[in-house]
Amino acid sequence: MDYITIKNNQRISILDIPVIDFEVLRAQLCASNLRVLSFFGVREGDFVKLYVALGDDEKGEIQLSSALIDKNIKEYDSITAENLQYHMFEREFYEQFGILPKNHPWLKPVRKNLDSYDFFEMEGSSLHQVAVGPIHAGVIEPGHFRFNCQGEKVYNLEIMLGYQHRGVEDLIVKKPSIQLAESVCGDSVIAYAMAYSQIMEELSDTKISTKAKIIRRIALETERIAIHIGDMGAILGDIAYLMGKEVYGVTRTLVINTMLEISGSRFGRGLIDFGGVNFDIDKEMSEKIKDTLNEVKKTVEKMTKASLKSSTVMSRLEKTGVVNQETAQELNLVGMIGRSCGIDLDSRFDFEDEFYKGLEKKPFRATNDAYSRFRIRYKEVMESISYTKHLLRQLDEYKDDSILSQAQKLIPASFALSIVESWRGELVHAALTDENGNLKRYKIKDPSFNNWWGLSMAVRNNGISDFPLCNKGFDLSYCGFDL
Amino acid sequence: MDKHTILMTLINLTILLFAPFFVIGVIKKTKAFWGGRKGVSIFQPFWDFLRLLKKSRVISSSTSPIFNIAFVIVFVSTLIAGLFAPLVMGFSIINTSCAFIIFSYILGFSKFFALIGAMDTASSFEGMGASREACFTTIIEPAFFIILASLIALSGNYTFSSISQLPQNFGSLGILIIITASSAIFIMLLTECSRVPVDDPATHLELTMIHEVMVLDNSGIDLALSSWANGIKMVILMGIIGNLIIPAAIPLKISLLCFIALFIILGVIIGTIESLIARLRMSHVFEFIFVMSSLALVVASLSAVKIYGV
Repeated sequence: MDYITIKNNQRISILDIPVIDFEVLRAQLCASNLRVLSFFGVREGDFVKLYVALGDDEKGEIQLSSALIDKNIKEYDSITAENLQYHMFEREFYEQFGILPKNHPWLKPVRKNLDSYDFFEMEGSSLHQVAVGPIHAGVIEPGHFRFNCQGEKVYNLEIMLGYQHRGVEDLIVKKPSIQLAESVCGDSVIAYAMAYSQIMEELSDTKISTKAKIIRRIALETERIAIHIGDMGAILGDIAYLMGKEVYGVTRTLVINTMLEISGSRFGRGLIDFGGVNFDIDKEMSEKIKDTLNEVKKTVEKMTKASLKSSTVMSRLEKTGVVNQETAQELNLVGMIGRSCGIDLDSRFDFEDEFYKGLEKKPFRATNDAYSRFRIRYKEVMESISYTKHLLRQLDEYKDDSILSQAQKLIPASFALSIVESWRGELVHAALTDENGNLKRYKIKDPSFNNWWGLSMAVRNNGISDFPLCNKGFDLSYCGFDL
Repeated sequence: MDKHTILMTLINLTILLFAPFFVIGVIKKTKAFWGGRKGVSIFQPFWDFLRLLKKSRVISSSTSPIFNIAFVIVFVSTLIAGLFAPLVMGFSIINTSCAFIIFSYILGFSKFFALIGAMDTASSFEGMGASREACFTTIIEPAFFIILASLIALSGNYTFSSISQLPQNFGSLGILIIITASSAIFIMLLTECSRVPVDDPATHLELTMIHEVMVLDNSGIDLALSSWANGIKMVILMGIIGNLIIPAAIPLKISLLCFIALFIILGVIIGTIESLIARLRMSHVFEFIFVMSSLALVVASLSAVKIYGV
């Protein structure tokens, strides 16, 4: 494949990106066994330019290529028909540019024209349909779930999202701001802010201090710890194991309150800025964080042990919502969910990050079920606590660094791509600038974009009453998907 | 009607009507304790009930007149069933021969209206809840009959309240019968009153609910009545357990105290169960309820042994 190899967070000139024939690119994507990171179009006059970034996890490199699609081309043979991981990307591309992927197995609306959504139907006297949402019983976001069941058993679940489509990508292009970027997805504030600012810093060649980089990573790990613990509580809450729900709930509060002390916001809003971070972590704060983390570690260890000892908890978690590894690989499930299905990908380690170098990452014995999704969270909480402590130690060496550098102007005609391992998994932001040094296109790919389809697979042949448990285990983002 | 009957009727009626709030309050308090929270006052369920009474009803446009009357019928029939069941000092307000059969079928009648009331909304959730609830009740019914019939055969007197005479005629076999029978009724209580591990009354997830999902479309007085009816059912079943354990031939004051203690103890037990164990997988709930059927058979065989000798 004709491509240019770049690293994570590396700016290149748009002119350096090879432009190849669309049919050739299509054929190559069908044949490639690399994972797709980003797949998006940019309107250039009458033409549409398609950018594709593939991730080579072993080498830690990104292969970038592009193709110019003539305005006369109205359709092409879909890539999904041969390579399933393009499924969502092609649907999105079709929705945005109207170029029809022929033979796409599931060409339905992604975010727009939801009224025309054509649901999968099953017919039979003993079958019934259950429609859930878009308005939910809890305080979660809108999404529509359509179950085809026989009695209690689910044959198929179809998920329709898009209710929260706000057009954030275009909004960022129109008026780039960190406040906008960090509020795209409220539970991954740090990850989004980090990806956005890394992109902007690359595109403008703004150098930021090592201290700021470390503080960003401390915040990223803290976010991971907080959300994972909250989710463990929520998983246990869904199976009415009250004790676990309450204890994890209290522990999560300790962690988000630490974030509150650092940045004035429990979710870390306003902490990260284009050019660095807005809040310092001094010696005293660093000690405080360490103490809190030690306490959190003790509680989480104890509670997890107690939960997994309970036979009723185990009976609910084990063998519930299994997604086997082949399916996960085929669908390109990423992040924590991917790891719970035995796909050992972690962009913190795969795409070289100097601050995570040499840190220990234990192997995980994946069982692909709800139990696996519970354990992976426990493992990651434990690891993130030790990573955070390691980062806090490093912070001491850079005491005198400034935390915020002057933001520079964007460099015209350049491209940058940033991968951040949010708590859900690989969050990919890509952006390019026009000749005047303004943003031309900003593309976000949330890990949920890959993983929603995994949830559908997980509930197949399970009891419908186990759906909430599977859903909580995946805990995917609606707004991160809807954008 | 003598003075004693009037007094007992008043006492039992008061317990029947107001103990439900108290018991639910105790359960909630226990759960709060295990969760490390202070929790709401044990009278909160009663204030909630009053609050619901003040609210207007919102009725789905897809319902028929059945929905309008269903939950009033549910409440009234549960209450009438309660009049047949023995409470303090083994006193049943309506005491006739083989009252337990009338009792069961009035409860069944109430359940029937709860089910069609739920299905009347044409919501797929409520249909699902109704099907689950109907299914569980079907398993419980024969077990309940076997237990009650055995106990009544044992007492030799065919009124429902005769079960309260069992604790006096203890004997080792008697104790065994009482323990098995009360455990079986306790399982029935957890199932019928939708508590953990069968159902989770605190969940917000429609797909996992059983009883709660059936009242999803109810509001105002309908919701108040259906939750009140559920509470009354719980008190009735607790009363049956109480009559198996507490001797009837004791002074009124002591009997009353014993029953209050029983309500508190059972409330704490239920609350503790809800805090310390997770809910069963839907497909395992049947196994749990079948435990009641097995216990019923044990009660029947032990009673046969006691009556006919070995």
